[in-house]
Amino acid sequence: MYSLTSGAIPVFKEFGLRFIVSSEWNPTEGREDYGALPFIVGTVLTSVIAIILCFPLAFSTSLFIGEYYRGTRMASITGTMVDMLAGIPSIVYGLWGFYVLRPMIVAFGWSAQGFSIFTAGVVLAIMIIPYATSITTEIIKMVSNDLKEAAYSLGATRREVIFSVIIPNARSGIFTSYILAFGRALGETMAVTMLIGNSNIVPKGIFQSGNTMASVIANQFGEADGLKLSALVAIGLLLFVITGIINGIGKLIIKKYSV
Amino acid sequence: MKNLIGILALAVLLSSCGNSSGGGDKKSKNVSLTAAGATFPLPFYNLAIKNYSSNTGTLLTYGGVGSGGGIRSLTDKVVDFGATDAFLSDDKEAEMPAEIVHIPTCIGAVVIAYSLPGVEDLNLSNENLQDIFLGRITNWNDSKLKETNPGIELPDLAVTVVHRSDGSGTTYIFSDFMSKISSEWERVVGRGKSLKWPVGLGGKGNPGVAGTIKQTAGAIGYIGSEFAFAQKIPVAQVENSAGKYVTPSLESISAAAQGEIPVDTKVMLTCSSDPDAYPISGFTWLILYKEQAYDGRSKVQAEETLKFLSWIIEKDAQALAQQVNYAPLPEKTVAQARKILGSVVFDGQPIVQ
Repeated sequence: MYSLTSGAIPVFKEFGLRFIVSSEWNPTEGREDYGALPFIVGTVLTSVIAIILCFPLAFSTSLFIGEYYRGTRMASITGTMVDMLAGIPSIVYGLWGFYVLRPMIVAFGWSAQGFSIFTAGVVLAIMIIPYATSITTEIIKMVSNDLKEAAYSLGATRREVIFSVIIPNARSGIFTSYILAFGRALGETMAVTMLIGNSNIVPKGIFQSGNTMASVIANQFGEADGLKLSALVAIGLLLFVITGIINGIGKLIIKKYSV
Repeated sequence: MKNLIGILALAVLLSSCGNSSGGGDKKSKNVSLTAAGATFPLPFYNLAIKNYSSNTGTLLTYGGVGSGGGIRSLTDKVVDFGATDAFLSDDKEAEMPAEIVHIPTCIGAVVIAYSLPGVEDLNLSNENLQDIFLGRITNWNDSKLKETNPGIELPDLAVTVVHRSDGSGTTYIFSDFMSKISSEWERVVGRGKSLKWPVGLGGKGNPGVAGTIKQTAGAIGYIGSEFAFAQKIPVAQVENSAGKYVTPSLESISAAAQGEIPVDTKVMLTCSSDPDAYPISGFTWLILYKEQAYDGRSKVQAEETLKFLSWIIEKDAQALAQQVNYAPLPEKTVAQARKILGSVVFDGQPIVQ
């Protein structure tokens, strides 16, 4: 934390708050100008796309494992398979995206080269599914049986039990698991770098190429010195702050809704 | 921590003893050299170091951390020598804690790779390159491209520019060339290890750029020659300062160093005046402190460093460079490098006789 802050001081001294809101990123010596906006936008957009796509997939999987087929062989096999997704190195996801997903995006005509914020978001969604699924499953399993049985005895259907008993009870836990998954999406580097196109501009749409904070740091750190190094460290600090803010918001919401 | 270092040192000691007992005439040395820097010449350095270590028993490790990292490591004095693709400007050199020298080791080039179905031969004039990379030519059937490629059927296909997303000496050489051929490029984009690109997608490293080009019909980008030659990627012929279209090859790249080279070898070889030269070529350098007695370095350490550097510029090592597709230094440049090495001192005394 200290080294992040001290490393970021020179760039904030030079550009002030403009560093956060400027979309100019020019590393050419002599006319250096650094603004982190393209990367902030890219990071937030990819992560939001990822969490939106991840939610229906992960939540239905959790219900399948934790409620509908709870305790069956089928559920444990599915659970293991989803957990295994977490063990796949991110470069493998990147390669899959590069060779499988990207040509599909091109074939749909959504983007001419297939490198886009959306492509990166889809791969991120798959990457964060296991994080969201496994915690949500545990939380759903933890909802007390007495409550569920009481609801059934009153003649509630299964769907009514899920929506009126399980979800309200597990709400804060489920929310936490998605916050965790979102945090993962914010920080993911390698797979994103391979699919996002690495253009240091604010994307005009989700099918345009862009760049994220983690990806620009990984890409440019090796050859960076002076002000540029400081700019990259400052982006690291911003990423840290954004992750902190999102966790904070998550905590607030949990506090407000928890029973 | 101290214990750990002790154990490591012991391990190094033991393993070097093991080597020497097998080799017979090889002297057991407890010297190990470390270096770090540029990734552009990494295949050459890896091969050269492997050969050097097995022949002399000197342990040498090279970290391909990028030119910037190499310069940082030398500034922090954690390596015996660094490596860089772009020479240090006089200002940058003045920021170093002590005087340094540049030793050229080989010549590399940047080639223009493309992916056009059905097109196997492509000429690119300086104006074409400027227009493509500034985003003005957006389709391959542009009349300007047809002019320089008479008789070649250019498809109706969008141009996709691919560039490096990471900072790199390859980008520096390419942008230096572009700045020399186009005043507009110099004004709008300029030169540097990473740039503000007017158009295009970024790929990480040579493999990233090459992969993106291969997978995207209509793509064009620049790659390090050693990678393109090794992977047999189709490359364009580029107009040089004599107005000739030159195919990049070890000969045409080496020809770029035939002109006048300043005494300290700090020069970009782009747009060489030699009529046969491939215009996007450049030296890569190793850098070290002129005064080797710093931070309590032993004389043996300094001698071993110089021994390696004197070896890498000579014939044996230069032959290795060609094996991995780098152009060797011309005789004249080797003589200059020798002279520079002769100026390196330990406590004021020259190390190489």
